[in-house]
Amino acid sequence: MVNAPTVLVIGGGSTGCGIARDLAMRGFDITLVEKGNLTNGTTGRMHGLLHSGGRYAVADQASAKECIAENRILRDIASHCVEMTGGLFVQRPEDSGEYFRNKLQGCRECDIPTTVLSAAETRAKEPALAEDVERSIAVPDGAIDPFRLCVANALSAQRHGARIETHAEVTDVLVEDDTVVGCNVRHHTGPGKRTHRAPGTTEEIRADYVVNATGAWAGQIGELAGVDIEVRPSKGAMVIMNVRQVDTVINRCRPKGDADIIVPHETTAILGTTDKEVDDPEGYPEEQWEVDLMIDELSELIPVLRESRSIRSFWGVRPLYEPPGTGTADPTDITRDFFLLDHEERDGLAGMTSIVGGKFTTYRLMAERISNHVCEQFGSKADCRTAEEPLPGSEDFEVLRDHMEAFGLRSPIGRRSTQRLGSRAEEVLTTDGPNPVLCECEAVTRAEIQDAIDQSGTDLNAVRIRTRASMGNCQGGLCCHRMANELHPEHEEPTVRTALDELYQERWKGQRHALWGEQLSQAMLNHVLHGTTMNRDHDPARQETLDFDAFDTGIERTRASDGD
Amino acid sequence: MAISDDVIVIGGGLAGSMSALSAAKAGASVRLISHKESTLRHASGLIDVLGYPTEGDQPVVNPFDALDELPDEHPYTVVGESGIREGLALFDEITGDLYAGTHTDRNALVPTQQGTVKPTARYPRSMAAGIGNDRETLLVGFESLPDFDAPLAADHLEAVNVPFASRGVTVPFPADLRVDAKYTRFATALEREETTAALAETVESHLDGAERVAFPALLGRDNDGSVRSSLESHLGVSVFELPGGPPSLPGLRLVDRLSEALDAAGVHRSTGVPVVGRETAGDRVSSVLVDRGNHTPHPYHASEFVLATGGLVGKGIDSDRNGVHEPIFDCHVPHPKDRYDWFCGDAFGDHPFARFGVVSDGELRPVDAQGTVEHENLRAAGSVLGGANIAAEKSGSGISLATGALAGRLAAEAI
Ligand SMILES: Cc1cc2nc3c(=O)[nH]c(=O)nc-3n(C[C@H](O)[C@H](O)[C@H](O)COP(=O)(O)OP(=O)(O)OC[C@H]3O[C@@H](n4cnc5c(N)ncnc54)[C@H](O)[C@@H]3O)c2cc1C
Ligand SMILES: Cc1cc2nc3c(=O)[nH]c(=O)nc-3n(C[C@H](O)[C@H](O)[C@H](O)COP(=O)(O)OP(=O)(O)OC[C@H]3O[C@@H](n4cnc5c(N)ncnc54)[C@H](O)[C@@H]3O)c2cc1C
Repeated sequence: MVNAPTVLVIGGGSTGCGIARDLAMRGFDITLVEKGNLTNGTTGRMHGLLHSGGRYAVADQASAKECIAENRILRDIASHCVEMTGGLFVQRPEDSGEYFRNKLQGCRECDIPTTVLSAAETRAKEPALAEDVERSIAVPDGAIDPFRLCVANALSAQRHGARIETHAEVTDVLVEDDTVVGCNVRHHTGPGKRTHRAPGTTEEIRADYVVNATGAWAGQIGELAGVDIEVRPSKGAMVIMNVRQVDTVINRCRPKGDADIIVPHETTAILGTTDKEVDDPEGYPEEQWEVDLMIDELSELIPVLRESRSIRSFWGVRPLYEPPGTGTADPTDITRDFFLLDHEERDGLAGMTSIVGGKFTTYRLMAERISNHVCEQFGSKADCRTAEEPLPGSEDFEVLRDHMEAFGLRSPIGRRSTQRLGSRAEEVLTTDGPNPVLCECEAVTRAEIQDAIDQSGTDLNAVRIRTRASMGNCQGGLCCHRMANELHPEHEEPTVRTALDELYQERWKGQRHALWGEQLSQAMLNHVLHGTTMNRDHDPARQETLDFDAFDTGIERTRASDGD
Repeated sequence: MAISDDVIVIGGGLAGSMSALSAAKAGASVRLISHKESTLRHASGLIDVLGYPTEGDQPVVNPFDALDELPDEHPYTVVGESGIREGLALFDEITGDLYAGTHTDRNALVPTQQGTVKPTARYPRSMAAGIGNDRETLLVGFESLPDFDAPLAADHLEAVNVPFASRGVTVPFPADLRVDAKYTRFATALEREETTAALAETVESHLDGAERVAFPALLGRDNDGSVRSSLESHLGVSVFELPGGPPSLPGLRLVDRLSEALDAAGVHRSTGVPVVGRETAGDRVSSVLVDRGNHTPHPYHASEFVLATGGLVGKGIDSDRNGVHEPIFDCHVPHPKDRYDWFCGDAFGDHPFARFGVVSDGELRPVDAQGTVEHENLRAAGSVLGGANIAAEKSGSGISLATGALAGRLAAEAI
């Protein structure tokens, strides 16, 4: 396209990143702005289930059908982000047999492949399940890494010419003659990669069209533009265990309820979830009862959970949406479907559409729909290619897996690295110097950290989500500072210090909800290591100059002044 | 055959070792029962007494001048200045030339691998050349050891305004080790003369007028003194280690020294076995039950007992979703009912969990919630005692050796 139309996408979650990729591939000139790092919102705080559609097969068949179709596509285009664990809907003695039959019937109606397993077969597949489980339905659920997926979408968009700006917050939506013409954006540390301690700047970004993909925050952008968007944010809690107690996604086979699913992820298993409406997508309480509920309820399915070690808990807010006037009382009854709100049709405000609701699993479909809509505005006939074209890292991933020891890494480390990096492994892991493991828990090497730093500057939380470093048992106690060390000498010492402090505080936040038993002991160890050994809590670099002469002046000088 | 001693010490960390040595010195027959490796494995090897006051960021110059401000339940308030001095004296006697700092009451400001300085009372001899003078310093790190970034640490020291100029350089490790080799293997490799010589040669080209050279604390597993002097004679300048970890070589060297002292003092040792319970007679403990891997735990009898099982890290204090407890004697451990009150929001805040531990009377005997002594013949020492935030105060090892020495002596005297 000559003079391609410019589109500003707001929001760097799965939806925004998916839209940026789709439109960039269709030749639009894309800028994506995200106020935090990529996946800062709900996408970075979700369960990571690649839905087979089974969960919706009884109550919401339209969603179920979308899920299974997208599930098949993502296995194809994002193989390095997906682990096809398979899933089970497990019936306990107290669960209804009728619901089990409805679930099976529903799956069949939605074209979701199923196999019914007897009690013995179920426990043979997942020995940690309670002895009294009755039977189960096997479905193609999987685990998906939202971080890797968003980064891959953003990278693909960039390769198609998009500008991706993280730490860039929309502070105003510019409206002229009932038309949105762009936004004011505040760059927290200036445009480009984040650099701690760099001063902030503001920028006016003009665009031919604006897409609001801010999920649970969509109402706030609506307010800036003067339109009402009725998102009903609903929070959910998740608890991360230190080991992977199950290798299959385990769902409790009963009508909707809290705390009824476990998803295995890399070295961990994640318990979920709750569903409670909140007013503010950022300022909601993270409550103890939610954590306790998760462990107590899910122990009925997997008894070892009661004695197991959890390493942190986190919360996300669903960007649920209801068309005005629906008035559903219970958030669990609000549809999981997505909605495209063309503000011109709806509110008489041209130049902007919002996309709300939906699921992570259907992000690509959502992006396709809204991109089609944008194309219509500009009379573009470009076709969507995101269902066929693999995401960066996913090409030839199968071939690569066979070469996992190629980089001189011990095989478990090599395997984990190539799984994370997919087809980018060779490019990333080929280095001149030694390539030590920086994060032992997640087997992340220096080369991978350096690659992530190249992509995200001094933002160590972005490095963390790209690599998983600091996300294991020690929660960064043993590796946060190693990660920070890698910023030097490209970045100066005070910047490195600030970046380290920020990562350390972030790692602390989620651990607080898992502070008992082993994890409390770990927290104490981390506290003493960073406080006592490193003196980071009283770092004298932050204080006025010390009077060194008032302290011990050393053996030699003391002896000398004693006159011997 | 029944096992019986005058004094049983449970837990073989710094506190337990000091207790056992002090009880043996006072003439008792002593058994030390220890399950796993002590916290010293993780620790820097520095012996802090008191580095920071309860409030404020200015380090304490003389710990003995700051004791008055500590709260009543603090272990130092219980043992008093004389208790701390007694502990230090015993520690100095045991460690001899392995440690320095005995020449003054004042804290030393020790440069760390992080590039901070931290106040401490006793430091390994291997760190002594880093204290208190203004000679230009070259920091040397190794490419394959990511914990320590020498140029970054040098810049950090600059930001601290230390009274000496410093530069950092990163060099290849002088021996061919896998990048994932154990830390201790790096240390052992440096004990070979040809490795030290090769290292010296590399470092020499970076000296450029520096009068001291600092390395991360892995200059030798056992023979740190000879590794250092070999480097010093090659380079013609003094050499010292920077504390860091884990794992920590100075901590391991201290473990070895304590172990030699325990053997020399004739302390009986049962290692690798946990104490899982106790038997009582009236208000006294009659035996502790040791799990030796058989069906039933075995009773070990003594007249006096010292509990030195460590804090949350050593597992002398344990917790679950509902509460915090001391697992062997079920001694009272004060803690907020709601587990969300165990911590604060700031990672470096004054966390209540950092103070979890048993409460004692003036003779270090654990007391219950009403302040009544739990058992007449049970004393506690080290991190199992609550009331101190060792991370913020920098007081961990000092508390362990002061309470350890005192608990051991009192136990021996009570027989
Ligand atoms: C507890 C929970 C579990 C879930 N589990 C699953 C699951 O297992 N499988 C599944 O398929 N789906 C799941 N979902 C749903 C899924 O997570 C979401 O539907 C999806 O991630 C939404 O993505 P998004 O991009 O629309 O929104 P977000 O990821 O929230 O993206 C919006 C972005 O906009 C940014 N933003 C906000 N305001 C501004 C501004 N002013 N300027 C710039 N940027 C701004 C935010 O920082 C945010 O990053 C779950 C949801 C929750 C809450
Ligand atoms: C990372 C780190 C860095 C530190 N840095 C410093 C520093 O720079 N300066 C400083 O002064 N202090 C430092 N400390 C603190 C200091 O090391 C500790 O306070 C001190 O070593 C605690 O000694 P302890 O003997 O009380 O406990 P521990 O060393 O924890 O020993 C307890 C022992 O009891 C055993 N045990 C537990 N339960 C049982 C049972 N049921 N049966 C038998 N045995 C049992 C354990 O296995 C262990 O061997 C640091 C600590 C850590 C963790």
